[in-house]
Amino acid sequence: MTKTTPAFDEMTTDGLVRGPYAEVARWLAATPQDALERRRHEAELLFKRIGITFAVYGEGGDPERLIPFDIIPRILAHAEWEELSRGLAQRVKALNLFLLDVYGAQEILRAGRIPAALVRENAAFRPEMNGFVPPGGVYTHIAGIDVVRTAPHEFWVLEDNCRTPSGVSYMLEGREAMLRLFPDLCARHRIAPVGHYPEELLETLKSVAPPNCRGTPRVAILTPGSYNSAYYEHCFLADEMGVEVVEGPDLFVENDIVYMRTTTGPQRVDVMYRRIDDDYLDPRVFRPDSALGVPGLMAAYKAGNVALANAPGAGIADDKAIYPYVPEMVRFYLGEEPLLSNVPTYLCERDEDRAYVLDHLDELVVKLTHGSGGYGMLVGPHSTAEQRADFAARIRAKPAEYIAQPTLALSTVPTLVEKGIAPRHVDLRPFVLCGKEVRIVPGGLTRVALREGSLVVNSSQGGGTKDTWVLEDDPADIAKPAAQGQSQC
Amino acid sequence: MLSRTADSLYWLGRYIERAGNVARGLQVALRMASLMRSVDQRDGAWRALLIASGCEPGFRETGAAPTPDSVVRYLAADASNASSILSCIEAARRNARAVRTALTVDMWEAVNETWSESRRATEATFAPDNLPAFLDWVKSRTILFNGAYADTMLRDEAWRFVRLGTMLERADNTARVLDVHHHALAGADEEGAVAYVQWQAILRSVSALRAYHWVYHARLEPRRIAELLILRPELPRSMVACYARLDETLEGIAAAHGGRRGECHRLAGEMHAKLRFGRIDGILADGLHDFLTATIDRNLELGRQIQDFYLQA
Repeated sequence: MTKTTPAFDEMTTDGLVRGPYAEVARWLAATPQDALERRRHEAELLFKRIGITFAVYGEGGDPERLIPFDIIPRILAHAEWEELSRGLAQRVKALNLFLLDVYGAQEILRAGRIPAALVRENAAFRPEMNGFVPPGGVYTHIAGIDVVRTAPHEFWVLEDNCRTPSGVSYMLEGREAMLRLFPDLCARHRIAPVGHYPEELLETLKSVAPPNCRGTPRVAILTPGSYNSAYYEHCFLADEMGVEVVEGPDLFVENDIVYMRTTTGPQRVDVMYRRIDDDYLDPRVFRPDSALGVPGLMAAYKAGNVALANAPGAGIADDKAIYPYVPEMVRFYLGEEPLLSNVPTYLCERDEDRAYVLDHLDELVVKLTHGSGGYGMLVGPHSTAEQRADFAARIRAKPAEYIAQPTLALSTVPTLVEKGIAPRHVDLRPFVLCGKEVRIVPGGLTRVALREGSLVVNSSQGGGTKDTWVLEDDPADIAKPAAQGQSQC
Repeated sequence: MLSRTADSLYWLGRYIERAGNVARGLQVALRMASLMRSVDQRDGAWRALLIASGCEPGFRETGAAPTPDSVVRYLAADASNASSILSCIEAARRNARAVRTALTVDMWEAVNETWSESRRATEATFAPDNLPAFLDWVKSRTILFNGAYADTMLRDEAWRFVRLGTMLERADNTARVLDVHHHALAGADEEGAVAYVQWQAILRSVSALRAYHWVYHARLEPRRIAELLILRPELPRSMVACYARLDETLEGIAAAHGGRRGECHRLAGEMHAKLRFGRIDGILADGLHDFLTATIDRNLELGRQIQDFYLQA
């Protein structure tokens, strides 16, 4: 998308304010710019005081910085959210069934619906999990599904995050900040609450306690430590759930049982919400040089003495090379048509796709198959000839490492920027919890690309966040969508 | 509570206390150096401070001559010295950050702001003209932290571990300050005026000069100074006061854990009883230096035992 292509603005379409934004539009019109500026500054102080920071790698500067918070909320009507959340639940169910299958009978591969080599030779595939059924049969307990919007009823899944998705603390703190700064504005809406997320998370984690757990399961969060970019979130969630944040050295395994070291002696841990990568979980099974993990953890897991959320090996489901096949998973396992669309994706590994990608670099977004965080990507319409030449060379050298997608005209939401209020592109990461049942707190993390025209919302690339409001009612102009539209791929 | 959490809280308490003690020590040494007549005596004041802060071996390794400037740098700012003021602040903040949710907002802000301010220190901060202001600032920041945790923290396990750290560090500091000056207290070799400056220095090192006058209403005298700093429970930095807090705090933790006790509890109780029922004449008769070295060893042992029983369980 270039600056001239109009994107769908979620507040104003064809000069008319859309129903969900009616109050916000009135509020913005009635509030002078400097008053908004002042409020933005107050919000910043609030976040600084709470200490909600994240680390940016390899850019120098202050290692603990704030993600900018925009005070203008992003609003979804009840019906819009219902439509979206049904699609999310369906998708995450299918992803979990896929994981159970690829580490089990591999029926989807035998049926030829996904190329077997794409799974078995994938670095994210963990043969260590073959034949193992995690407690409750769930692999990805906490999934963050990145969704973008291009029109009132057009939501697209950009990527799935099935390993250790982060950002939920911003969703919760963002709401707290809005309630504190704009009680009136909030009171003029019926906003679905999100504050019970930690309780839902705790219930989800307890519901997948391992077979050998007796009594109330003891839950702990396993963090890589205070230098991790999401450390604030690990502590925040632990605090809200009333559980311990543990690091590898706080734990030990004896007779296949996991204990944490406490001032009252060893205490058994039943469910571990781990926020460290598979590679570092257990030096005896994965990377032997890892000091972050716990030797013997995998043996305890396999013996049914501890549950790990998310399960090791879940990464195969969110691999970018597997992504094009998610709609196929929905059809295969659930016998349903996918409610959410996939973005058409070109795998540069395929000769045909690669030829197309190299011919159309100026229109496409090129991403690393195994990358994340918006690092190492090319946004075609915003690139220079030099950058395109560089990417073309890289794709030719290592085609399997790249995928490409058409550049979507991401929807915009009014955002407070230096020059005033201007539309900026947004995405949405709702968090889907999957234990004995699927739970989705209404809303998610809205990320906003603060640079004019930019489509990259990652916080490491100058993105900010907004509070996401799901209304409990539907303004008059929000009609239920007709039958589901497109289903690409 | 996780052992690691308890460990961080304990060291947070220790490092903040240590930063304040080093600042007091430097203030006193600066004062002494300006009052001493001979060069030997001046150097003695700096050497005494290095020994009292346990930094003498480290300083010797740097190969620097013990000039006032090099000692000040080493004790206030040197990153290679784990007990320098800036290192203590850095370590306190590191520990605080690791257990952020176990602290109150006021405690966190006291540590975090001290740390961010300290990072703005430059060469000029430690120049002779600016040093006194810096040392005053450090003292006031440690008092702010101690006030924040006294005023805002729940009286639970977390509070007890911070307090264990503060009190053990404080008991140890008082013992060391007394020990480096035990010659002056024995009154063996110094002329009157010099001895008097040293006596004052000892009392100032633990902020107890005024307290001395209030307690004794009499001129400075070694026997009373030793008594005040070792045996008088009303002085918050006396060894008996610190051990009373240590004993009480360890007992509090044990009570909350259903009576689970170890060698650290016995040791703290024994030391407390010894100090509580001890007499200064007995201690002086047996030799002050021997008594103090034995106490310093006991402090070390108590730290080890707390570590084994709670912090690395």
